[in-house]
Parts: sequence; structure tokens; C-alpha cells
Amino acid sequence: MKEFKVIEVKRSILEDNDADAEKLRQELKEEGTFLLNLMSSPGAGKTTMLKRTISMLADEMKIGVMEADIDSDVDAQAITEAGARSIQLHTGGMCHLDASMTRQGLLEFGAGDFDLVVLENVGNLVCPAEFDTGACRNVMILSVPEGDDKPLKYPLMFSVCDLVLINKIDVLPYFDFDMDKCRQYIYRRNPKAKIIPISAKDGEGFMEWTQWLREEVAAWTNS
Amino acid sequence: MHELGVVFHVIKIVEEVAAENQLTEVESVTLELGEVSGVIESYLQNCWKWAVRKRSEILKDASLKIEMIPAVTYCEDCRKIYGTMEHGKICPHCGSDNTYLQRGNEFQIKEISAC
Repeated sequence: MKEFKVIEVKRSILEDNDADAEKLRQELKEEGTFLLNLMSSPGAGKTTMLKRTISMLADEMKIGVMEADIDSDVDAQAITEAGARSIQLHTGGMCHLDASMTRQGLLEFGAGDFDLVVLENVGNLVCPAEFDTGACRNVMILSVPEGDDKPLKYPLMFSVCDLVLINKIDVLPYFDFDMDKCRQYIYRRNPKAKIIPISAKDGEGFMEWTQWLREEVAAWTNS
Repeated sequence: MHELGVVFHVIKIVEEVAAENQLTEVESVTLELGEVSGVIESYLQNCWKWAVRKRSEILKDASLKIEMIPAVTYCEDCRKIYGTMEHGKICPHCGSDNTYLQRGNEFQIKEISAC
């Protein structure tokens, strides 16, 4: 008869991931690479947004895109044409990325060669918010057709983001999307969030967004 | 939603604890989960059964026990508490939304039974 004994553990399930993510951030800092975790629902406009962003910044910095969505959202060809390299990560059907999967992707990609790596997380507003990927900043895209009440429905996602891009503002006249209300809902969850309305289609708001990104990358890689 | 990812993390932590304590067989693992932690117990159990057999020698026969912790929200305006599951973000006593989750978001490994 085996003698089982009870051993108290009392450890958070995400503790090892949180520690791993912190370590990854340190490694990125040493390499001088800025990792941006980009999250959104499917169809919010990640590809269009990234294409325009890359074409505006490609002369200033080396940019890479790590594509993690299960059904690839970002067209690798389009990214290459815009002036960046891309790699497809294999998530094994997982609904999110964690720090160890991100590290593995960065290794395969040779992330040290880049100034900016964009991690395109799985298109989902629930699971990616729970797991720290080790990224330097978290950004999400909310698009106008999704509705101004998204921050109320997915509070955690909005509370972990440093920046919320509100995309597709070119179609605002056709939707009952109240920008002020949306800002209020976001601030209620995350008073520190920065909000920039953009149109990836015609470029509105991109000066402000790329300036934010430029400053964040510079602050990370120079300090 | 992400039960499989959670299971992998649990296995990793328990294996570390087992190595530290020179344990060779784990009989059961007890988790404390908050009601609003977003994890569904039946999915977690299914993922667990599959993952321990596939991924771990010392955990392959281990059962998973789950202790649910009720979610409680505190209202900053009227300073009362209420059940989060029934009333959500809006305080049923005074109607305020100036509230925060006091407990119910737990996500931890409480203990293991092993030899």
C-alpha cells in the first residue's frame, strides 16, 4: 500500500508563465528588440493596419511580423511587399500564445536582427488577455463595426492594453458607434490606456500611431 | 476557453514541486478556481485526462480535484458586498457601478497528494 501525503503548493497557475514573460522581456531588452503584442477580433483590420504601418516605418527600422493566428489573417506576401519579414508560428490549435511559445518563435525568427517585432496574437478577445507573452507593450485593435460596447463585454482585454487603436473610422457614419461612450468604457476599465482612432484604409490617425510606436521603440532600444 | 494551456502550466508546476520533494507518483492535484476565473471544470477535466497520460510520467494516474471559490464583489459607494454571479458589475444595493471584484478570480494550485 502506497503512502500518499498531502503537500501544500499554493502557487498561482500562471506564476511560471509570468516569470518566463519577465525573463523574455529582459532578454529582449539586452538584444535591443521591441516586441509588440497585437490583439484583436478576427476581421478588425490587422493586415491592412500592419501594411500601412510597415510602409511608413520600414526606412527607419527593421521590422518583423510573427503570425500566430490559427487561420492566418495576415497575408505573408502583403507583409513582405510592405517591407518586413514574416514568419508563421505554430500554435497547435491553441487559443492563445504564452511566453514560452513566443520565445520559441523569436528564436526561430532570429529576432535579434530586428528593431521591432510585431506578434500577431490569436484572433480572440478572451484568452490572449490572460497570458503574458513577454511583449514590451500590448496593443489591441477595436474596429467600428464591432460596436462601442466591446470594452464592457471583454473587460480584461481592455485592462491589459497600453494602447487601443479604434480602426475603420472611415465607416463611422454608417454605424451607431459612439466614440465618446467607447472612450468612457475603455477608461473605466483602464484609466491609463491611450486611445487613437485610425483608418487603416485611408491613413487617418497614422501619424499619431506611428509616432507613438517610434517613441516606444526608441525608448526601449536606447535605454 | 484555454483549459489546455492551463493544464500544461499545472503539469509543469507540479513536476517542479515533485522534483524538489523527490516524489515519484502523484495521486491527485487540487486546484482552487474562482467562479469567474473563466475556466470550465468539465473541459478542464477532459484536457487533464488527455494531457497527463500523454505528457507526464509521474502524473499519469493523477486525478484533478477542483475547489470552486464563490465570486464576491465590493461596492465602493455603499460599502456592501454581493454575489458577482447574480448581479455582475452593478451593485444590487445602490445601483452603482463603482465596484470591484473582491474574490472569485483565483487560479491556483492548492495542494497535491503524492509519494
